[in-house]
Amino acid sequence: MLRGGVIMDVVTPTEAKIAEDAGAVAVMALERVPADIRRDGGVARMSDPAMVEGIQQAVTIPVMAKARIGHFAEAQILESLGVDYVDESEVLTPADEAHHIDKWSFTVPFVCGATNLGEALRRISEGACMIRSKGEAGTGNIVEAVRHLRSILGDIRKVTQADQAELFDWAKQLQAPLGLVQEVAETGSLPVPMFCAGGIATPADASLVMQLGAEAVFVGSGIFKSEDPAPRAKAIVEATTHFRDPTMVAKVSRGLGDAMPGLEIGELDTKLAERGW
Amino acid sequence: MSPIVGVLALQGASREHTQALGKLGTTVRQVRLPEDLDGLDAIVIPGGESTTISMLLESSKTFDPLSELLADGLPVLGTCAGMILLAKEVLDGRPDQRSFARIDIAVRRNAFGRQIASFEMDLHIKDLKDPFPGVFIRAPGAQILDPSVETLASVQRETGEETPVFCRQENVMVTSFHPELTDDLRLHQMFLEHL
Repeated sequence: MLRGGVIMDVVTPTEAKIAEDAGAVAVMALERVPADIRRDGGVARMSDPAMVEGIQQAVTIPVMAKARIGHFAEAQILESLGVDYVDESEVLTPADEAHHIDKWSFTVPFVCGATNLGEALRRISEGACMIRSKGEAGTGNIVEAVRHLRSILGDIRKVTQADQAELFDWAKQLQAPLGLVQEVAETGSLPVPMFCAGGIATPADASLVMQLGAEAVFVGSGIFKSEDPAPRAKAIVEATTHFRDPTMVAKVSRGLGDAMPGLEIGELDTKLAERGW
Repeated sequence: MSPIVGVLALQGASREHTQALGKLGTTVRQVRLPEDLDGLDAIVIPGGESTTISMLLESSKTFDPLSELLADGLPVLGTCAGMILLAKEVLDGRPDQRSFARIDIAVRRNAFGRQIASFEMDLHIKDLKDPFPGVFIRAPGAQILDPSVETLASVQRETGEETPVFCRQENVMVTSFHPELTDDLRLHQMFLEHL
């Protein structure tokens, strides 16, 4: 049960332990954090299984791990390692330019990224049991996370106002299965939990996306690329819990040192959020 | 007047417990800070990550006042992580993990395995006529440490051993499973009947 919690990107067992000590509800094992992938380039792949196992042994909280989009063999390996969730992630280099993993053929639950409602519903139709808005990973810039959250939640609100005939058109526009569109119209929410990722660097960022409607947050480079990771990690956990209470968010935001250096979205060569179909 | 039931809302399934109790006509208050504890008739500690909830209880300075209320007999329902936080002993917890020690059981975290080993099964609960849908996610398992703890339901393991998954001692009720993730309100009703 991850809701209201913070899931932290880690690349080593030592980082995983720091994340657990800071109150993370889960850790995400990956080869390099997005900021390094961006800086160093090259193909980003699933973590070394030995590293995943080392992380599993280091912590008692759930361990997630990233597989490349469409790379079902990486996902099979992660499942065999007993990871708690697989993230089919645009942060890694995609392995298939047309197909995502058929997630129904796995027992392990999957989380997938989405930039809009149609993408979220396509991932759910493929078997994702959790959605995270993508944001722009490795930038420390929250603007894309906000855009994606507002797009998904704004469209959900519009869909609930549509009549039956309009829902057929919504399904067509969203390129999403009609049944899922009808379900969203009826319930006013996605059929799975929706978390937020990509660009969260401060406790205030966490509070912002929680107030916009995210149910939990993923923090990638924002922690281990900051000046002092442990207190910042703990502060982001506290801000995610007390997100409606500005005095609490102010209290935990004091004296955390420098946040990760941020990047302007307009100056990026690669936008990771555009990966995924 | 209907009782005021708090739901600890630091992390985890607080929304589902709030909804379930609301459907039963209870006044529900989400608890995040010490002042939210004032005047409660009972409290629910939901599922989530026990290590995270434990850290947040400390940092919000809610642990000690809640611990005092529980020691004074505030009725409590703990589900999954809530069971761990109420147990007298946590067998594989973190060294700094504190518990309220309100029920004489020892728990093993993730006793039934990792996420991938999550399961659902019908449980036969003492006092309930029909089976109850048990949802187990990285669920803890209990060992009874004192005969005054009543086992209301248990699960038979492959080894043939019975693991208690629903226990009661005085006004403390704990479950390994997540009644709040089902539409079945009977367990919440049982809790409210004991207030």
